Amino acid sequence: MTDAAERLSVPSIVDAFARRHRLRWPEALPWVIGVGGFFVFPDYLALGAQVLATILFALSVDLVLGYAGIVTLGQAAFFGTGAYVAGLLAVHGWGEPITSLLIAAAAAALVGLVNGAIILRTHGLTLLMLTLVVDRTLEEAANKATSITGGADGLSGMQVSPVLGFSFDLYGRTAYLYCLGALFVCWLIARRIVHSPFGRSLTGIRENVQRMHAIGSPVFWRRLTVYTISAAFAGVSGALIAETTQFVGLGTLSFERSGEILIMLILGGVGRLYGAFIGVPLYMILQDRFAEVDPVYWYFWIGLLLVLVVVFARGGAFGLIDRAARWLGRNR
Amino acid sequence: MSATAALETRGLCKNFGALRVANAIDFRLEQGARHALIGPNGAGKTTFVNLVTGAIRPNDGRILLEGSDITGLSQAQRVKRGLVRTFQITTLFRGLTVLENVLLALGERLGYAGNLYRPAGSRREVIEEAFALLGRLGIADEAPRLVREVAYGRQRLVEIAVALGLNPKVLLLDEPAAGVPSAESGTIIEMIERLPPEIAVLIIEHDMDLVFRLARRITVMVQGGVLVEGTPAEIAADPRVRQVYLGEREPA
Repeated sequence: MTDAAERLSVPSIVDAFARRHRLRWPEALPWVIGVGGFFVFPDYLALGAQVLATILFALSVDLVLGYAGIVTLGQAAFFGTGAYVAGLLAVHGWGEPITSLLIAAAAAALVGLVNGAIILRTHGLTLLMLTLVVDRTLEEAANKATSITGGADGLSGMQVSPVLGFSFDLYGRTAYLYCLGALFVCWLIARRIVHSPFGRSLTGIRENVQRMHAIGSPVFWRRLTVYTISAAFAGVSGALIAETTQFVGLGTLSFERSGEILIMLILGGVGRLYGAFIGVPLYMILQDRFAEVDPVYWYFWIGLLLVLVVVFARGGAFGLIDRAARWLGRNR
Repeated sequence: MSATAALETRGLCKNFGALRVANAIDFRLEQGARHALIGPNGAGKTTFVNLVTGAIRPNDGRILLEGSDITGLSQAQRVKRGLVRTFQITTLFRGLTVLENVLLALGERLGYAGNLYRPAGSRREVIEEAFALLGRLGIADEAPRLVREVAYGRQRLVEIAVALGLNPKVLLLDEPAAGVPSAESGTIIEMIERLPPEIAVLIIEHDMDLVFRLARRITVMVQGGVLVEGTPAEIAADPRVRQVYLGEREPA
């Protein structure tokens, strides 16, 4: 054995490994900013609520894409399902937001489970196309079922009751805190999953699916499980948007939404749980800035930025932070 | 010959379209065997491994593990019963540490890998077992390093460590020293020699030094079928083998 092996005693490695799932202080940062934002930007809380719900949506994509390596262009299918379920409940007299949220999550999970059980038997490009097909099918179904969904006009007339006694106000105060709370709970669950043996096995599937089969892992069931959980998260996100804006349109199911959330996550960084927290605000700020400078072709600039990120900054904003930290560490 | 073979195939056939890549293969791997499978490129050795492990389905024939039929079982179920393989092309979780590569295997073996709640790092005894396993293969110092940062020759040992973490009864080593410079292949041979005697080992190999050093029996495959089986001495002396295979490269 080499010297290195003697220095690296068993306990030190065990400890390093055992510490990994413990909370570290930078992880409190999004929540400090989240709560601080409530007091610092009272005029932007309605927008803030949208950002928070969208972060949850991006987080749901990170679970399937970043951990299990399932590339999806159809995540809006679950987002839209959650939004329409919450919307329909509120239109038909069930306005209590938290139970609606849970029902929306269950409905989206069911859609994820049923279609995942079929399409997750395929891989790569076929799977990518099938996720897209499922999304477009649901969108078209919602478009045609005008008597239920309002079709292209969208679903209006939602009556959402107060959440825990606080009614949704014009300034978005309740909406903001409600979304922040929901995101926090989902983040806790996602974090638990990511650090669990199940989460590690998802990483194994992403890293090398062939070896996962060879070590006896039930790969299909693992993928289906995370796909279902991710669908539930996306459903909660959609329901949050529906409840806080009190409107559901066909756009919630659109392919554009699936694509956009993917871009947000890639900008922030895939497979690290926090990419969503950076990517979504970053995208929204950039969108705002670009649209101001170039109101017609702003999307071109987003596209250009995405190309630059993919070519030069793999790992997105988070990857850059990592590199900067390593560079600082070396030069200390 | 003992009563039950560790692994046995009977009339195993596989066609890819009109091409017959496995032609009625009858094969026996005895308990605790050190058996080599050799043959020229394209003889169907890797196809045979893929059939036995369940990566591909045979068109005909049966596969028996310790006497019970596993032909219909999934790859994962076969692994659970102790049929484990390694890969010719290093097939590891390159972005994870060496320790965690082994831990993933241990998690599947011990049945907690599907747990969604209890953190992976909280199972101290399992981590210690993984570390001890790496120690036995002489790569404990690599434990905290990412696989992709580990030297290739040592990655080949991680490849074996992951397989051993599953407590195999039958271990299929697909070219364990592939791509390793001959100066380093000695370490790999040494580690294979030290494997617990109760594990039945089948080595698929091109390297004749390795085969004749490790194997007590050798099976020669040609064009999807078994040409001949025997002891190393018999194989080395067999004129047919010399013609199809060893003729290209005279054994030392």
